[in-house]
Amino acid sequence: MTPKAPRFNNCAVLSPQQLDQLLQVLIKRDYEVLGPTIREGAVVYDHVGSTKDLPAGWTDEQAGGKYRLKRREDDALFGFVGGAHSWKKFVFPPAMRLWQAHRSNGLFQIVPETRKATKFAFIGVRACELHALSIQDKVFLKGPYVDTVYKLHRENIFIVAVDCVQAGGTCFCASMNTGPKAGAGFDLALTEVLHEGRHHFIVRIGTKAGADLLSQVAHEEATAADVEFAENLVAEAAKHMGRSLDVNGIKEMLYRNIEHVRWDQVADRCLSCSNCTMVCPTCFCSTVEDLTDLSGQQAERWRKWDSCFTTDFSYIHGSSVRSTPRSKYRQWMMHKLAYWIDQFGISGCVGCGRCITWCPVGIDITEEARVIREGETPASAAG
Amino acid sequence: MATMIENEVPQGLNADPMIPQLYRVDRVRDETDDTFTFSLVPENGEAKISFLPGQFNMLYVFGTGEVPISISGNPALTSVLEHTTRSVGIVTKAMCLLKPGDQIGVRGPFGSHWPLNEENGRDLVIISGGIGLAPLRPVLYFLMAQREKYRKIVLLYGARAPEDILFKKELERWRGKFDLEVQVTVDRAASGWRGNVGVVTPLVARAPFDPSNTVALLCGPEVMMRFAVMELQKRGVPHDRIYLSMERNMKCALGYCGHCQYGPGFVCKDGPVYRFDQIVSVFGKSEV
Repeated sequence: MTPKAPRFNNCAVLSPQQLDQLLQVLIKRDYEVLGPTIREGAVVYDHVGSTKDLPAGWTDEQAGGKYRLKRREDDALFGFVGGAHSWKKFVFPPAMRLWQAHRSNGLFQIVPETRKATKFAFIGVRACELHALSIQDKVFLKGPYVDTVYKLHRENIFIVAVDCVQAGGTCFCASMNTGPKAGAGFDLALTEVLHEGRHHFIVRIGTKAGADLLSQVAHEEATAADVEFAENLVAEAAKHMGRSLDVNGIKEMLYRNIEHVRWDQVADRCLSCSNCTMVCPTCFCSTVEDLTDLSGQQAERWRKWDSCFTTDFSYIHGSSVRSTPRSKYRQWMMHKLAYWIDQFGISGCVGCGRCITWCPVGIDITEEARVIREGETPASAAG
Repeated sequence: MATMIENEVPQGLNADPMIPQLYRVDRVRDETDDTFTFSLVPENGEAKISFLPGQFNMLYVFGTGEVPISISGNPALTSVLEHTTRSVGIVTKAMCLLKPGDQIGVRGPFGSHWPLNEENGRDLVIISGGIGLAPLRPVLYFLMAQREKYRKIVLLYGARAPEDILFKKELERWRGKFDLEVQVTVDRAASGWRGNVGVVTPLVARAPFDPSNTVALLCGPEVMMRFAVMELQKRGVPHDRIYLSMERNMKCALGYCGHCQYGPGFVCKDGPVYRFDQIVSVFGKSEV
């Protein structure tokens, strides 16, 4: 079959082999291709050289405080949901040097870190994760100041999204209106179909760059029946979310309940370990560390991920503003579901469920919000 | 999918706003036992200093670290940058040891400012505690330069002890020269002190201003500001005429390290100066 140019709004069909050819074109075009792999008993986004590196035949089982890999009965390449970490580790590195300073004769010079622009291709980005990327774009690129590091990593990304055709035990993207179908922000979007012995991908084109890439590999045009079948799979996944969250008026509801007794109760279980903030695809907090060598003449500044669950986070002259687990958890959850809306005009939660899965004690943001809502006193609800 | 980036870099900053500019310490003046004012001049002699009263800079001491310090100098001066700080932490203690000729890194100025030109023709009441007077000093410079545009100007100031009163000479000069009502109170006093003793907030009740046409500017410990707001409310000053300077931990000052979050906003970009109605949903709530 000879490669042919796809019509921009039509869907294509790719076989797993053709998908691999697509990855090879990306590699040939100097993209650093990243996608789901199996590592340390979990799905971890990392370098992939071909579709052979993808977790063929694996699925995940997620619940509050629980994550297990399991074998599937088929060879699906994307038969799981969100990986352990989000994509943010690539665009917002967990630790990086910002600059160095050298001192001699009492005077110093600051030398900014030189950085090369990266060219990432993300393979298998879920709908919730696309939303998370656009939320971090608002934080790092759309404010009064642009974060130069994020910008450098973010500008040239090629994104191949994957629709979720199954929902995880801690998923609630349907509640957050962020999935399971990839809506916007991708170059190409795939729906993986395994049906009656066939294994293929229905491909939607999001950008000209996506259309161009697709034109480089052999493929067929999808029939209306192919597309409908794929859409039904995604629609079915939306009905099977492991969790749900009532977002109706949630900002005002939480503001009304800033002194709710539930904050004390969740504090009894919360370990302030910061796992939820590390795995969250939108959490963006960072700190800086200033280092010197033994001579005292060389200094460096590093930026590292930080978490509102640490006591240092809110330290000002002599003590911390938020020193109790109650106030730390409240800050985190109110930030996600209430403050974020004031700060950026959008919820900070995409419903990926990672904070529930990776909480060592299984604290569940959807449950906390529900209990607070149900426990509203008539007075606070009226206020 | 690649993303579109179209922001402009605010003036006066590097392309990378995380990189400090070098300044040189020109003068250090002790204000009290533990509080000092230092003047900085840019190493790049052509740089003009420009800030609005209420804004702050991130100051970096080589190898020690960086802290947010409000600008305390005269906003009309473009050649020198002044900060007043108390030495309490590692960085401010190192800062206290700097001598003329030493270098310091500066990022800024950042943040919102006190409303001044907008409030011509009203009474102004300034309520401040301790080091909280530092970010209000540029306001006083500004007001004294155009005294005729305002009606009454009242400064209510609380310090720990008579020897902790900041900017004593300037306050005396302005009081004598410009019809500035200054009422100072101290937490504790030795014999010989003939002024007020106690916290600053009870002074609000008797202060000579017209609540229906007054703007209040507050800076000091949060607990002080909480009681000051209550006193102002009792006198009928509306929420949208009360301004407060808030303080939180700060690392980037650019709006994306998250440290300075204060409920619905970030102190580095939405503050430090807030109009009270902007933060009324969280103000006074503990540990927000």
